Amino acid sequence: MTSAIEETELERRTNASPLPRILKNLTGSVLSIALTMIGLLAVTFIIGRVMPIDPVLAVVGDKASKEVYDAAYKAMGLDRPLLVQFLIYLKDVATGNFGVSTLTARPVAEDIARVFPATLELATIATLLGVVIGVPAGVIAAIKKGSWIDQLIRLVGLFGYSMPVFWLGLMGLLIFYGKLDWVAGPGRVDVFYDDIVPYVTGMILIDSLLAGEFDIFFNAISHIILPAFLLGYYSLAYISRMTRSFMLEQLGQEYITTARVKGLSEFTVIWKHGLRNVMVPLITVIALSYAALLEGSVLTESIFAWPGIGQYITIALFSADMAAVLGGTVVIGVVFIALNLFSDLLYKIVDPRAR
Amino acid sequence: MKHISFAKLLLASACIAAPMAFAAPLQAATPANMLVIANRIDDITSVDPAEIFEFAGSDMARNIYDKLVMFDPLHLEKGYGPGLAESWTISEDGKTFTFKMRKGIKFHSGNPVTARDAAWSLQRAVILKMTPSFILTQFGFNKDNAKEVIKAVDDETLVITTDKKYATSFVLNCLTATIGGIIDSKLAMEHEKDGDMGHDWLKTHTAGSGAFTLKVWKPNESYTLDRVDGYWRGNVAMKRVIVRHIPESATQRLLLEKGDIDVARNLSPEDMAAVAAKDGLAVDKELRGRIMYFAMNQKDPILSKPKVRTAMKYLADYDGMVNSFLKGQYAVHQAFLPRTYMGELADKPYKLDIAKAKSLLAEAGYADGFKVEMIVRNAQERVEIAQSLQNTFAKAGIKSTIQTGTGKQILGIYRARKHQIYVGAWGPDYPDPHTNADTFASNPDNRDEAKLTGKLAWRNSWDIPEMTKETKAAVQETDRDKRAAMYVKIQKEHQKTSPFAIMFQKIEPLGRRANVKNFVMGGAISAAYYWKVTK
Repeated sequence: MTSAIEETELERRTNASPLPRILKNLTGSVLSIALTMIGLLAVTFIIGRVMPIDPVLAVVGDKASKEVYDAAYKAMGLDRPLLVQFLIYLKDVATGNFGVSTLTARPVAEDIARVFPATLELATIATLLGVVIGVPAGVIAAIKKGSWIDQLIRLVGLFGYSMPVFWLGLMGLLIFYGKLDWVAGPGRVDVFYDDIVPYVTGMILIDSLLAGEFDIFFNAISHIILPAFLLGYYSLAYISRMTRSFMLEQLGQEYITTARVKGLSEFTVIWKHGLRNVMVPLITVIALSYAALLEGSVLTESIFAWPGIGQYITIALFSADMAAVLGGTVVIGVVFIALNLFSDLLYKIVDPRAR
Repeated sequence: MKHISFAKLLLASACIAAPMAFAAPLQAATPANMLVIANRIDDITSVDPAEIFEFAGSDMARNIYDKLVMFDPLHLEKGYGPGLAESWTISEDGKTFTFKMRKGIKFHSGNPVTARDAAWSLQRAVILKMTPSFILTQFGFNKDNAKEVIKAVDDETLVITTDKKYATSFVLNCLTATIGGIIDSKLAMEHEKDGDMGHDWLKTHTAGSGAFTLKVWKPNESYTLDRVDGYWRGNVAMKRVIVRHIPESATQRLLLEKGDIDVARNLSPEDMAAVAAKDGLAVDKELRGRIMYFAMNQKDPILSKPKVRTAMKYLADYDGMVNSFLKGQYAVHQAFLPRTYMGELADKPYKLDIAKAKSLLAEAGYADGFKVEMIVRNAQERVEIAQSLQNTFAKAGIKSTIQTGTGKQILGIYRARKHQIYVGAWGPDYPDPHTNADTFASNPDNRDEAKLTGKLAWRNSWDIPEMTKETKAAVQETDRDKRAAMYVKIQKEHQKTSPFAIMFQKIEPLGRRANVKNFVMGGAISAAYYWKVTK
């Protein structure tokens, strides 16, 4: 029997306003995000400084005199202690100033606003393809475990894992662009359409629709489809394998047997009950796969002349353009955090126990 | 909360994705008045002529900014001729150059091009003191005297006074370099910030009087040039030029074959051969200024021995390399001035000769060879050259290791004089022999603290007081023939004694649609010209 004091306490807890709890959670999340970002920046900053690359040479070039070199060294703030450099950088970032890229002569924020939407557009379509094809393929492979269909799906997945993206990209271009003429070539749109659509989101598919430029929209689709399929294939390989594995575990559960005994159709048992129960881990898999694509795929971007964030950060890294590297790191950090938060939200939607 | 069916989500996603599978590509072919070029343009970090110092940036600037003296793209062999300056005279002491400006020329803004703009542009390049400024400051110009020694007497007359007498060709050749681009001073100064003479604005905007104006530059992606109607040098057929950053050779080839680009600038030998064999496509080759060499640090006790240096020069398989992995990309060349430069030397005294190298090594006391490290940037052709050298060095008992790294890493070691052997390239900065003579054959102060990092002779700790004097004398010789002979003499000595094994000169191949005519890459002395191109 519950005592009066315990009852009062229980009542107090039950009736208490949820606001303090929400605020506490929110404060915790904000602190956690801030600490993660500072840690991420600190590590990237230190790696950037200990790399055996001279950032001054990237600016002044190989043939600069000592005087020119020294002036640039000072102008870049490299004569200050490392910690001071980092603190100044943090202060600037806090005010939204990511610095100016030494390679592009523009504010890093402006550069990222240009390259990230290109990657976002590509990664989103690729992930969509990966989900649309990968999830059903994984479910079918699980249902038909050991059959030729299962083997085929696994083989396709294995091929996706093992083939070098460089080779696959070039083959894709050669066949679908070079020989069959089904898709357009590298780049985001044909050159004649360059810079026609006003910048709104930076994603050419959306911006062209907003501008009512349907020719450009369809042209952009014909350009994006091949790199998106290529990246989607890698995503698909991962998602289908994980879906198969999760589904196999679920199909052996008692509630599946119960559902079948109750006379539910096989379609309902698998696609409604079974699949719903793998959604929580599957969301994590999809989110991770999406996040990986949002980091940018340097090789794919290089082959398809896709000016995305992967290429941007890589070029910046090899030229010790630390403002650009750190700016890119912040974006990727934010992407991971945002996707984590989004996944948490989705868990709560698909699984009442998580609310 | 209502549960969302996953199956419904899938169905919706499929509906979005399905139309994409049927999206037909629009037909792509470049219009007759548009030139589309694929090139690697990730070296463009600024469009300010006072700062531009890399290849792709120089190509762009060459078509936007005019200079006092300029080349005729279709007759580069003739050398410089009148540009924005229609004529010039030189004082008797050879130190004062008076330029008469061409009348009636306008900048893209509509402002007239005057001697005051020319003076301001050259003063600015000296005062801002960016990397290429040495091309002008070598005439004794500096921040303090720039406004005195470079001045406009009136709108039509510009007077430049050098600190001493130099060869006329040297001064004028330097004015053809990118840094000699004449800027619209009124427009630039409208954007001045904190006394930067418009630098911040000019890093991403242009203010020239050339055949094209910069419409847009998207770093690492593309730049677009638009024709300026009524260009004073003649008709410009291309209304627009688009240069796209396409790093991969195979991608460039596919685009060229499909007609989506007109010119491919970075084709590999294999792709170049395929393009040459295809109807409707053509291949051009130009001898460029880049020299490929390996250099031996004279701080190293073994490499500083003259016989070891000579032996090493006999241990490079020059012909083997140009006939295999460098085929069509490089020609054997063994002097520090590129072919087509005044004073060029065509002699090739070295070839792979293991027996001779062994004998020289034995005479130097290294009959069993020695161990050495080569540093090289991780670019395919350079690494392959280093590997070939490693192989041929081994035949004489020299055990070499190769350290690769990014350009910046390797250059950091090289500039700090911490290498043993460096394998790399050097490109001239302006179309005068002094550009390479000054770096390969001049070292006025060999001490570490001198930090003459711009000079290759210093980087390799090669102390050459006599050759430095000869190089200085050559740059002041006003008689053209005598001057050329002086460079030939210096190079012959250099071939024999220097720690530099100069191996190759770059041949730049270019793939183009057959209907594209008059595309000039700039040879060894200049950059690309687009205004003469027709289709």
